[in-house]
Amino acid sequence: MKKRISLGRRGFLARAAQFSGLFLLAGCDTLSRKAWFEGLLSSAEGLTQRAHRLITPRKAMAREYTEADLSPVFPVNGTTHPGTAEYLAWVENNFADWQLEVGGRVEQPARFSLAALRDLRSRTQITRHDCVEGWSAIGKWKGVPLRLILEQVRPRPEARYVVFHSADPDELGHYYYESIDFEEAYHPQTILAYDLNDQSLPIGNGAPLRLRLERQLGYKMAKYIMRIELVERFDTLAGGKGGYWEDQGYEWYAGI
Amino acid sequence: MVKPGHTKEGKSADRWRFRHPLWVRLAHWLNVLCLPILLMSGFQIFNAHPALYWGERSDRDRPILAMKALRAENGELRGVTTLFGHSFDTTGLFGASRNEAGALYRRGFPEWATLPKHQWLAMGRRWHFFFGWVFVLNGFIFAAYSLVSRHLWSDLLPKKEEIRKIGASIRDHLRFRHPFGEEAARYNVLQKVAYTGVVFVLAPLIVLTGLTMSPNLNAAFPWMLTLFGGRQSARTIHFIAAFAFIGYTLLHVLMVAITGLWNNLRSMLTGWYLIRQSGENHEKTN
Repeated sequence: MKKRISLGRRGFLARAAQFSGLFLLAGCDTLSRKAWFEGLLSSAEGLTQRAHRLITPRKAMAREYTEADLSPVFPVNGTTHPGTAEYLAWVENNFADWQLEVGGRVEQPARFSLAALRDLRSRTQITRHDCVEGWSAIGKWKGVPLRLILEQVRPRPEARYVVFHSADPDELGHYYYESIDFEEAYHPQTILAYDLNDQSLPIGNGAPLRLRLERQLGYKMAKYIMRIELVERFDTLAGGKGGYWEDQGYEWYAGI
Repeated sequence: MVKPGHTKEGKSADRWRFRHPLWVRLAHWLNVLCLPILLMSGFQIFNAHPALYWGERSDRDRPILAMKALRAENGELRGVTTLFGHSFDTTGLFGASRNEAGALYRRGFPEWATLPKHQWLAMGRRWHFFFGWVFVLNGFIFAAYSLVSRHLWSDLLPKKEEIRKIGASIRDHLRFRHPFGEEAARYNVLQKVAYTGVVFVLAPLIVLTGLTMSPNLNAAFPWMLTLFGGRQSARTIHFIAAFAFIGYTLLHVLMVAITGLWNNLRSMLTGWYLIRQSGENHEKTN
């Protein structure tokens, strides 16, 4: 009698273990694809962002390193070459007729050649780049603070986000883009970089111009920037989530 | 419901003791939910770059640990794990493992260990951060309650005289001689050391190293980078701490099983623990 009970219990235990294994593997995979559950999981992003706003000073500066800390090789990730005819033509004449277009909700839309950007006051910073994949690399970046550009074009009161439109399309023809809020846009370390490690920005790293946003992950830092657009809201752009990777499920707030 | 002091079948001296208040039981089972999810979604995140480093940067040619897929001479894919420069063939487990169709493909941890099963970093992050919040809030509430209710002082922290006898307790445990009767109603010194260590050392360590991977928190609290020796070091310590949690959990479940599985489980589910006056608790648990 007793033996049968314990066998029954053992059988029950085995089934329970199997069930929990199945639940965790299959159940969670199914849950991952349910919209309501994804919404629940995603609620953590808002919580994280609010918690960060609450406990981190808005002016906090990302750590800056020394020349001795530089990565021997700064990795190339994502697009390695936009490969479009337009881009190839820019490369051909060393970006001499490339222009950065800044518009949208601004008083004074403007265009900047690479030479004009280089003539503006620059900032150089040695910072750590953290990829969402988990790796980190340290590079020396030189560029123009985004604040200077914004002060020239004068955002209208309704503008809330700065959107960066890139020159690189994916296989489906979706162009890379990213958006940040004004708090990040006016941060002193937020620069439009044209040099990496004292050289013109290589093509693999986003030539001629890429964003540096030192308190967030790498995918926020759009490469191959062609156009900057100030907007009231970004849900009307592309997939509506505010960025190329955001449209594929990554967080808009990439501070973790 | 059998009340304390009442007896149930058999020996009249057996007594029921209310051992775990509701908040302890809730915190415990929430952790049981969180830990496997955090571990498996953590493996999913790790798989996006299955290598560990020391310091601030990740120089690809100098990993502490790396899981790679290499083509053997016969064209077959092999999983190779490199730890401190020593390489091991880990085909099927690390570096390269099989998909549902049975084909080997490049992968850090195998499909059965990750959440979601397939490579899906964005969803792995969502699981990890949501349950990270649950785990942290649960831990904060538990720690606060432990302080306020004096659970920490009266049940968890080992006393001086207990520490002095820790050698004897270790010897007893190694011989599978476990406390019974009244003694089993309270945590013994090894339990106290293990539980206090996990709640107040290991858990804060894994949370802090996790937070040290946040570039925004790095800017606000650079001392965290200094404390752990850089972002990549923090990532490595986070990974080691996850394995410490696995080790602790295996040992914990083993001890629960051999010291009276049903009595222990019942007490963590209902709060009630049966104290047996004769024999060891784990001999008669039915």
